[in-house]
Amino acid sequence: MSELAMDTPIDRSAMKVSDEVAIEIRNMNKWYGQFHVLRDINLTVNRGERIVIAGPSGSGKSTLIRCINRLEEHQAGQIIVDGTELTSDLKNIDKIRSEVGMCFQHFNLFPHLTILENCTLAPIWVRKVPRKEAEETAMHFLEKVKIPDQALKYPGQLSGGQQQRVAIARSLCMKPRIMLFDEPTSALDPEMIKEVLDTMIELAQEGMTMLCVTHEMGFARQVANRVIFMDQGQIVEQNEPEEFFNNPRSERTKLFLSQILGH
Amino acid sequence: MTTLTDPPSESFRLSMLIYDTRYRAITFQIIALICFLLFFGWLISNTAQNLADLGKEPSFGFLMEPAGYDINQRLIDYNNQDSHLRAAFVGLLNTLLVAFLGCVTATVVGVIVGVLRLSNNWLISRLMAVYVEMFRNVPVLMWIVLCMAILIESLPAPRAFRGDDAEASMKLFDTVAITNRGVYIPEPLFSRSLGDIPVGNLFNISIDLIAILIVLAIGFYVSHRIKLKADATQEATGVRPRTWYMRLGVIFVPLAALLVILGFHLGYPELSGFNFSGGTHLRNSLIALWLALSLYTAAFIAENVRAGILAISKGQTEAASALGLRPSITMRLVILPQALRVIIPPLISQYLNLTKNSSLAIAVGYMDITGTLMGITLNQTGRELETVLLGMLIYLAISLAISAVMNFYNSRVKLVER
Repeated sequence: MSELAMDTPIDRSAMKVSDEVAIEIRNMNKWYGQFHVLRDINLTVNRGERIVIAGPSGSGKSTLIRCINRLEEHQAGQIIVDGTELTSDLKNIDKIRSEVGMCFQHFNLFPHLTILENCTLAPIWVRKVPRKEAEETAMHFLEKVKIPDQALKYPGQLSGGQQQRVAIARSLCMKPRIMLFDEPTSALDPEMIKEVLDTMIELAQEGMTMLCVTHEMGFARQVANRVIFMDQGQIVEQNEPEEFFNNPRSERTKLFLSQILGH
Repeated sequence: MTTLTDPPSESFRLSMLIYDTRYRAITFQIIALICFLLFFGWLISNTAQNLADLGKEPSFGFLMEPAGYDINQRLIDYNNQDSHLRAAFVGLLNTLLVAFLGCVTATVVGVIVGVLRLSNNWLISRLMAVYVEMFRNVPVLMWIVLCMAILIESLPAPRAFRGDDAEASMKLFDTVAITNRGVYIPEPLFSRSLGDIPVGNLFNISIDLIAILIVLAIGFYVSHRIKLKADATQEATGVRPRTWYMRLGVIFVPLAALLVILGFHLGYPELSGFNFSGGTHLRNSLIALWLALSLYTAAFIAENVRAGILAISKGQTEAASALGLRPSITMRLVILPQALRVIIPPLISQYLNLTKNSSLAIAVGYMDITGTLMGITLNQTGRELETVLLGMLIYLAISLAISAVMNFYNSRVKLVER
């Protein structure tokens, strides 16, 4: 496990959590055919919260956050994002998707478009922003993730860490209010993990609501204000990071932590 | 000479020709080349000797002799007193006609079937699967003969259209007659025609047609300019102006004006005696061949299209959806540009297959280049070697031309990547 080595200490007081609810999930259930992937998930996320979701593989972590922008469909219960309920209504789905950004394990950049075009595609075709304005916004966010000089290259010409940072910038160009991260550092070399995590920390410090599925426990300890542990499709335990790591309540969590932090 | 002047100054030994990797490849290539030349030299001289013994010196003079046979389906004027060369040319045009029609139809059907086979609708995707498996697992010759049989057996004879209480009637407001002798459709006629230009003594090109093509080309160009302007407006303001009526207008209004000037009207097929006259006659042989080749090749193209779309990882669609892009835009801007690169190379092979399969035309009596040059001309003149060589050269030329055009297009699509 790579521990996060920050150059500057993180100022957690800057990361404010408001009382406003950003995401509310009530009694959500999901099946893949006969297989019960998510069981009775109840979760409330306030605006500005940074939540890390941990758990063994196959526990439904990814499926849970993929339900939030309906890349996966839930079959029972409610998901309410920013006051809009996710149903099969296309209008609601479009509205939620344009407010929720997402980063994937394998970046999923569009290989036939330049970095800049990757970043401007959605603003132009979804938000109907003029190209010039979209490009200015894109350059702003590319500067923020520290790769403005690669704007005219193609994704294949960039390193994994750079690609993931572009993917973050691409999501930010839609000006989302919530960001979902699905194992953003799992496909990266150890050296590149840090540059991506730094970008995510910066986002957190600006007050972005974040849900991260990750195995980076250092990141969880330093940035998250809540860690959720999932196993077999259920939320087993959720707590503040200090409590979660030092005082796990359930046996399953203890076992998981001993395996993941033991070496 | 580089191999001899390379740095290592060790003395050259003959065994190095076989054991040294630097010389080994060259040695084998030279040996292979010598064997190849010897074999072909022997083959050619032997054939020439045998032909000479039979009193058949290779000669292409027969091409100028009168052909003496009729060809019913033809695009240019021809009668049985014209030369074998002209008969071959009529056949070549027929080959090109059915190959072109087939490629266009096969592509349209193939893309639609390929996309539909990936549909979430169970019934539609299964139907498409059945279609693909049925057509690609039976030899195309069977489909050609079957199509011909269906057309001949199931359609009414022209005499069924006669009389007050006729058994059959013409379709589409009495303009199209579908009979077991073929389909008669209205033909375009010009009452103030501009005449023809002869090209050599091979065929004539209608000036009317050239005029129409020029007007269409200008129309499409202006339409394209309007599209570019709309793109620019979208880039400047974010809103795409509604231009489809202007884009259609600049194409169709001048075309309509030109047609009025030329006195355009349709010549309808009419029943006279026991057959139809007037209009354009599409023979059953052409329709059956066109239909069978298109449907057969479309099954393969559908698989190529499906493979191309499946080759694009699901992550691309997910990333596009997560950004809020609608499926239609995702398909157009994200999936297809990437899928095309996978689809086009096998698509070229399918076009080549279709063109070569069209040589089965003789089965239904469609006179293509195989039927004329390598069929009747061969039988009448006994010039097997010359006709088959010519035929092979012609197919080779057509195939290489298709390849060249498609490869050019492929390189254009490919450039998008880097």
